[in-house]
Amino acid sequence: MLKRLKRRYLAIEIDSAESFDSRELMEAVWCAIEKLYGEYGASHTGLSLIEHEADRRRVVLRVLCDAVDTVRAALASITKINGKSVALHVLMVSGTLKALYRKLEN
Amino acid sequence: MKKVYADLHLCPNLRDLQQVSRMVIKASRLGYHLLAIPFPPNCMREEIERIRGICNEVSIDLASRVDLRPRTSDELIRNVRKLRRKFEIVAVLCESKNVARQAAKDRRVDLLNFPSRNYRLRFFDMAEAELAAGSLAALEIDMEPLVALESPARTRVLSSLRKETAVAQGYHVPVVLSSGVSDELLLRKPMELAALSSLFDLRRDLALSAVSQTPVAIVKRNREKLDSRFVAPGIRVVRRGKDC
Repeated sequence: MLKRLKRRYLAIEIDSAESFDSRELMEAVWCAIEKLYGEYGASHTGLSLIEHEADRRRVVLRVLCDAVDTVRAALASITKINGKSVALHVLMVSGTLKALYRKLEN
Repeated sequence: MKKVYADLHLCPNLRDLQQVSRMVIKASRLGYHLLAIPFPPNCMREEIERIRGICNEVSIDLASRVDLRPRTSDELIRNVRKLRRKFEIVAVLCESKNVARQAAKDRRVDLLNFPSRNYRLRFFDMAEAELAAGSLAALEIDMEPLVALESPARTRVLSSLRKETAVAQGYHVPVVLSSGVSDELLLRKPMELAALSSLFDLRRDLALSAVSQTPVAIVKRNREKLDSRFVAPGIRVVRRGKDC
């Protein structure tokens, strides 16, 4: 029987004086993952964008449970997006979106 | 119990107190509880206390650190003798094999650091690890090049770090992961440093210990030794007076 894929939701803080749109951000994240782990590694992350709150400088991503550390390392290696300095920090990791938002509000 | 995270190599410009303050606040926000900032060997106690004051404002514990960059092993011995009791952490930046070997066997040296960007000057091999295992020195890995460099330079750094950490694990030499950054945007959370260390195959439990237990234990051990009541490991003066 096929094993159910477990996912994790990551809340990410965008630490920069500049602002970015969702497309720029996701391109930077994919690019960082591909640089560190290659296309094969990137294909195992199951990465997708759930929400981008530009005003709160926050992004929510969904990744496969086994790829949390892979994505965390890739996010830590991002220093610039389109030539603008930035740092991305994982604020919270959770199994459900509901729990993630609850933890973020606390 | 809550984990205490430490970064033993934060490198702000000490002349710019605003930058020091910004970096300390940032480190606190990222979850660090203990920081070590390298001070020049000839710095005054007041200077250290001023930075300690900034750290205390955000409830961060500061450990004073000195980075020695000797050219010969004799110079290293002289400097360690002079500075050991002045600083809580003594790190040696090993730029030659002789210095690296002397630093590894000297029990007064806490951290062995190698030039991060020049892989030809990284002398942490099996002989070095054997000496370090017999003393108290830990291998310090600055994570700044992994964040700031691009391939192929980063690939080369990763390759040498993979070899070194494998040797360190084989000889049970403690590993410390430090940021080594002088720019606050390059600071990363302890868990992010641990995740980055998976790139050079450091085991997850060791990586977590390298940002928490190991650096905290080094500072604790040295503070105990620098305490006026310290006599020898496990022996300390409990009370002074005629009735003792």
